[in-house]
Amino acid sequence: MATAVVETGERETYLNKEYGIKSWLLTVDHKRIALLYLMSITFFFFIGGFFALLIRLELLTPAGDLVEADTYNKLFTMHGMVMIFFFLIPAVPAVLGNFLIPIMIGAKDLAFPRINLLSWYLYIIGGILMVYTILAGGVDTGWTFYPPLSTEFLKTNVVTAALAVFVSGFSSILTGLNFIVTIHRMRAPGMTWNRLPLFVWAHYATSIIQVLGTPVVAIAVVLVALERLFHLGIFNPTLGGDPLLFQHLFWFYSHPAVYIMIVPGMGIVSEIVCCFSRKRIFGYKAMALALVGIAVVGFLVWAHHMFVAGISLYAALIFSLLSYFVAVPSAIKVFNWTATMYKGSITYQTPMLYAFGFIGLFTIGGLTGLFLAALGVDVHVTDTYFVVAHFHYIMVGGMVMAYLAGMHFWWPKISGRMYPEGWGRLAALLVFVGFNLTFFPQFILGYMGMPRRYWDYSKAPEFQILNVFSTAGATILAVGYLLPMIYFLWSMRYGKPAPDNPWNAAGLEWTIPSPPSTFNFDEQPVVTWEAYNYDEIKQEVPVAH
Amino acid sequence: MLQNVPFWPARASTTANNVDALFTFLVVVSTLMTVLIFTLVVYFAVRYRRRAGQRAEQIDGSHALEITWSIIPFCVFMVFFVWGAVIYFKERTPPQNSAEVYTVAKQWMWKFEHMEGQREINELHVPVGRDVKMIMTSQDVIHSFYVPAFRIKQDVIPGRYTVAWFRATKPGTYHLFCAEYCGTSHSGMIGSVVVMEPKDYEAWMGGGGNQPLAVTGEKLFSELGCVTCHRSDTQGRGPNLVGLYGKPVLLEDGRTVTADENYIRESIVAPTAKIVHGFKPIMPTFQGQISDEQLNALVAYVKSLGQSQSTETGGKSMAAATPQPQ
Repeated sequence: MATAVVETGERETYLNKEYGIKSWLLTVDHKRIALLYLMSITFFFFIGGFFALLIRLELLTPAGDLVEADTYNKLFTMHGMVMIFFFLIPAVPAVLGNFLIPIMIGAKDLAFPRINLLSWYLYIIGGILMVYTILAGGVDTGWTFYPPLSTEFLKTNVVTAALAVFVSGFSSILTGLNFIVTIHRMRAPGMTWNRLPLFVWAHYATSIIQVLGTPVVAIAVVLVALERLFHLGIFNPTLGGDPLLFQHLFWFYSHPAVYIMIVPGMGIVSEIVCCFSRKRIFGYKAMALALVGIAVVGFLVWAHHMFVAGISLYAALIFSLLSYFVAVPSAIKVFNWTATMYKGSITYQTPMLYAFGFIGLFTIGGLTGLFLAALGVDVHVTDTYFVVAHFHYIMVGGMVMAYLAGMHFWWPKISGRMYPEGWGRLAALLVFVGFNLTFFPQFILGYMGMPRRYWDYSKAPEFQILNVFSTAGATILAVGYLLPMIYFLWSMRYGKPAPDNPWNAAGLEWTIPSPPSTFNFDEQPVVTWEAYNYDEIKQEVPVAH
Repeated sequence: MLQNVPFWPARASTTANNVDALFTFLVVVSTLMTVLIFTLVVYFAVRYRRRAGQRAEQIDGSHALEITWSIIPFCVFMVFFVWGAVIYFKERTPPQNSAEVYTVAKQWMWKFEHMEGQREINELHVPVGRDVKMIMTSQDVIHSFYVPAFRIKQDVIPGRYTVAWFRATKPGTYHLFCAEYCGTSHSGMIGSVVVMEPKDYEAWMGGGGNQPLAVTGEKLFSELGCVTCHRSDTQGRGPNLVGLYGKPVLLEDGRTVTADENYIRESIVAPTAKIVHGFKPIMPTFQGQISDEQLNALVAYVKSLGQSQSTETGGKSMAAATPQPQ
């Protein structure tokens, strides 16, 4: 990739400064590390996507006829593990966050550049363990690793899968730590907390979750591995253990992990809605507070995954109530993005189209979360396709839309090239349509009672028609995801050279050249303006109206 | 209401009516919200699209609006919360005098045993209009007992009992699914619940010939030698079990626990976990020596000892009671 982007003139950039594999694998430049992550997570995204496609093809017909039952169980397990631990969690923070946070706060790099590189290596070691797990025959615990199934019964590569999650967890912890220190210590003169772009606030909130939550899931999966190897009796009831203990540990991280995925996306959407509405964000402080509020309250809702698992009646009541508390800041955010557009001067470039899609799909995902927080309804729909649809609306409809929005928005800065706008808009449309066609029918399937993780539903053929819609949608979605991959690669050679500020956007990252030089700023920037000062910036969005 | 909506699942229990009502309310409120947001986004996007020479009007925000759109959703959420909690409370509290079915889940089948001693695999027959309490445990991994037409689901966990109950309202054959991923044939761990008119149910039950579960338990109680210590007078080395079920028990460490199914079960497989006040920890464990079915029979027997007391608490059979009005 390094050689593709050189013809921006003689100016030295972070891309053309050095060549050769060593200059990439030993780099401590946050921008180059971001690109290393970009390549790695894209690799895992397409592996996870391939598993998803096989799952959808199997479910096209009621009988289990495409793959064996055990293969199917491995497919949904590895789809979940790869997508969550190796794509969704690192995607926005490790790629866009890594690239942008130092620039947005006016710094030359993250606080600990070498630890940043270490994070990537840990991610890669975890990734190699994951790939080994897949190639060595796979794993079929479900991404949730529930014992005693995972510890006593399955014959697959549970230990290496657990290690993969464990190691990559440390990558996530170190990235979070790096961001927290950077945001506290490295802000340019004048860049006060109240002037931080919401993208940075979002990553601050996310980093807190990463640092506090990830160790717990690391402990939980290590205990699974140890229990499996040495039969410690922590989770196994015949040895005096408690299988629900694992579920508490696992969800203590894995619920907040949803916010690790979605909160950075909220940061992206805030930047984009402001830029393409040419407006200050509506309610800056409420938005920043809501991000932190989600991160904090998000730690107190984990047992809402366990309403039918055998927890006490009163525990269930408390966790239901707290789950509604976390819905309030989410609602605030949706209202504020919408209000930001009011009396704006709006254009519809690709990033904005994705942002529209995000607002819509996140709204549906959030509202269906209210169904699941309602105890009586949750009993019926938990562990069905309703839940599958709900979390895909948040994580794919929300988070992946936001990720693609951000990739298009900052691609000119990252690569120094413009992507083709027409193709961009087409892909955004395909993703939106394909996504809804894939996942909306699953809400109905869930209410009808189709359980998750079913390889064969031939005793309930009434589920087929909606599964056919879902599979059809998935193929459209696949095309929608392949397109950006193709034209981003194409644009690195053939795209129009990007100006420094192609969107006339606010923010320090747009004051420096595209692509930036290694140390970002030639001289120390001093910030004298508020975030989103669109009243002081040219109004037009110059590219591709 | 909602009987002929396409894709709406069959509705065949009292709980299903409650769940559908809340679900419908949630659908209406969410649809209104979604339409509101979508309309505003589309309207603003079109109405305020960029026009040459026209500048955006900068607005910093509004505390009044922020508070409004925090408080109003919060109040609506609290309606969801309370309504959902009320349904859940009912769902989790089996009525007194429920008929009982002991259930053992294993990879990959459901085994049911009625109080009359009737055994079934992957098929459960119940009469309309009778409260039925499922007392469930698993022989291996976690499973989940799910009957969509009843809108009930409960995980079934090894090493303990979990409980679900329902009152069927409509005769028919309904799906029974395992809803917690349990290994290779998870999707094959399915069966059906057959809801019958009471007289058909009586006929299905037949002339008997089965040994009632509590009687099986009583025999085991002698065979395993339980009876030598747990005598029905105060002379035994173990506590007297007559009238135990449902009563508070004072433990050696000063705690008081209620003698429910899980307590009785635990006292058999891990007798030293909770020592009754005034007794010594001398009982050997039966962990691994008796099957889950035998455990169920023992629990059913111990509960039946409780029935000689005035409160009618446990061990009801379905045929024993007349069907209750729906």
